Amino acid sequence: MRFDLALIASWIEPGTRVLGLGCGEGDLLHFLKTQKQVRETGIEIVESRVARCIGKGLCVLQGDINQEVEDYPDNAFDYVILSQTLQQVYDPARLINAMLRIGRKAIVSFPNFGHWKIRTQLLFTGRAPITEQLPYQWYDTPNIRVLSIRDFRIFIRQVGMHIVKEMATASGRTIHSGTVIRIAPNLLATYGIFQIEKNDHDGGALFPQPDKPTGEAK
Amino acid sequence: MSEYIEHDRNRISVGLVEKKFFTFAAPPNEMMLESGARLGPITLAYETCGALNTDKSNAVLVAHALTGDSHAAGYYSESDPKPGWWDIMIGPGKGIDTDKYFVICSNVLGGCMGSTGPSSIHPETEKPYGVTFPGITIGDMVKAQKALTDHLGIEQLLSVMGGSMGGMQVLEWCVRYPEMAISAIPLATTTRHSALAIAFNEVARQAIMTDPNWNNGGYYGGRKPDMGLAVARMIGHITYLSDEAMRQKFGRRLQDKTAVSFDLGADFQVESYLRHQGAKFVERFDANTFLYITKAADYFDLEAQYGNGSAVEAFAGTRARFLVVSFTSDWLYPTYQSKAMVTAMKKNGLDVSFCEIEADCGHDAFLIPNPRLSAMIKGFLESVFTGRHHK
Repeated sequence: MRFDLALIASWIEPGTRVLGLGCGEGDLLHFLKTQKQVRETGIEIVESRVARCIGKGLCVLQGDINQEVEDYPDNAFDYVILSQTLQQVYDPARLINAMLRIGRKAIVSFPNFGHWKIRTQLLFTGRAPITEQLPYQWYDTPNIRVLSIRDFRIFIRQVGMHIVKEMATASGRTIHSGTVIRIAPNLLATYGIFQIEKNDHDGGALFPQPDKPTGEAK
Repeated sequence: MSEYIEHDRNRISVGLVEKKFFTFAAPPNEMMLESGARLGPITLAYETCGALNTDKSNAVLVAHALTGDSHAAGYYSESDPKPGWWDIMIGPGKGIDTDKYFVICSNVLGGCMGSTGPSSIHPETEKPYGVTFPGITIGDMVKAQKALTDHLGIEQLLSVMGGSMGGMQVLEWCVRYPEMAISAIPLATTTRHSALAIAFNEVARQAIMTDPNWNNGGYYGGRKPDMGLAVARMIGHITYLSDEAMRQKFGRRLQDKTAVSFDLGADFQVESYLRHQGAKFVERFDANTFLYITKAADYFDLEAQYGNGSAVEAFAGTRARFLVVSFTSDWLYPTYQSKAMVTAMKKNGLDVSFCEIEADCGHDAFLIPNPRLSAMIKGFLESVFTGRHHK
């Protein structure tokens, strides 16, 4: 399993209900289902990946994560995971609010745009940076939200949530390896992984919660 | 659906199967139908393949679509030219693995392939029911199937599955007998017939009922309304295909000629194909059954019947694990209808998987070999089966 996914897996309590947004071919969910006996659900937009997941016996729905999260009742899950997708989300505040409406805890990971390689590339070449973690040209990148670990911490405070746990990592030689970064993560880490929860009171939220679904869908 | 049936490419088959009959609801204990009428005795034709395990935990019920029958897989004899209608899916090592599961498929109530329907003999008049046969619903079909599974001593079904009208029966099973259906696979189906679907059915019914030979349903023993039934089949066929499928299969190609005839004959291949399908269909199907069963499909409205108009409420009592599948080019039961049921299941906190399969062959895609569909059904069933044994 991918290094960052293994770290996320280590945060999940056994026997819980887990929703994976953009779950790909279901590696993490399959691990959690078989090793931690979680009750898993995944959402994935690509048909072939959905079919692979279902073929593995996972409970996975094909659809757009931004829309699919709206259907679930409050607190339907213990954990809602958004792994390396935040940078592609059009309205992150709305999505994270929805994640913490349907789940008690949210786990979010993303590539860190504050990494020193990115900073120096921009500084010395004057061009949009391209790295292993963000390997696209400015004109073909799906990554429409450019954020650093520091940006995310500030954002979470602004939307009236708090960080319960965080971990920063640097990629290793393969996708299965890596190092945990403890010093100056915003400069040295390629990825940030955060577990967040809602503040007990709603005070301080910049963004209101999306309307709760009422009635039924036709 | 018979036009798709082909031998398994790898020659893997469940082998010989036998059509059996189960009769119940003998007077005075007739079955109460949703219409309020009583019907009995009722015979269901059914077939099984695979073996029921000792704790009876591996039974899978397959529900057929409008013109299907109990012959889901295998062959009736060594010289049988064609296997059952879902032979591609049911057999050793296939999507529904008969080495693991016990598969049951029965002809629906109202059918004409061995189950009691309008062409059956009325026990009192000793003549075919014809239009004196009471109106039936998808619910009635399922109630009759429940009598069959009771008779077979099966208390829980590992899965109930089917496409199109078979999918409606699947949904009805989950709502009506929630304690019985552990999992369910509704394919290319809907919780309620749309105006479009009802409209096509009505044109098909009118074709039959305006055929002079229909004779208000009393054609048994005389000339049958073959023309009307053939036209009904032709209309149905169009709705089961898609623009793309017809473009690929026929285009504007002419049939056995190089120029159009100007004589109102069948110039185009698509015309000739539809005529052929119509002519073949009348040999095996009863016109009155077509009328009754299309009505049952039109009446189907899970939201209205079980949820006061709400799909969320309709699924509130269900407990099954669902695998919902739709197909991109299905314009009879388009994907939005599957997504609506998925949304309702999600709102009820049910375990539901959903996949919209890319297919250009239209509504009938579920009957055509598709490795992706087979793999999904196989993985889903395995997971339900192991999950059940862990509890």
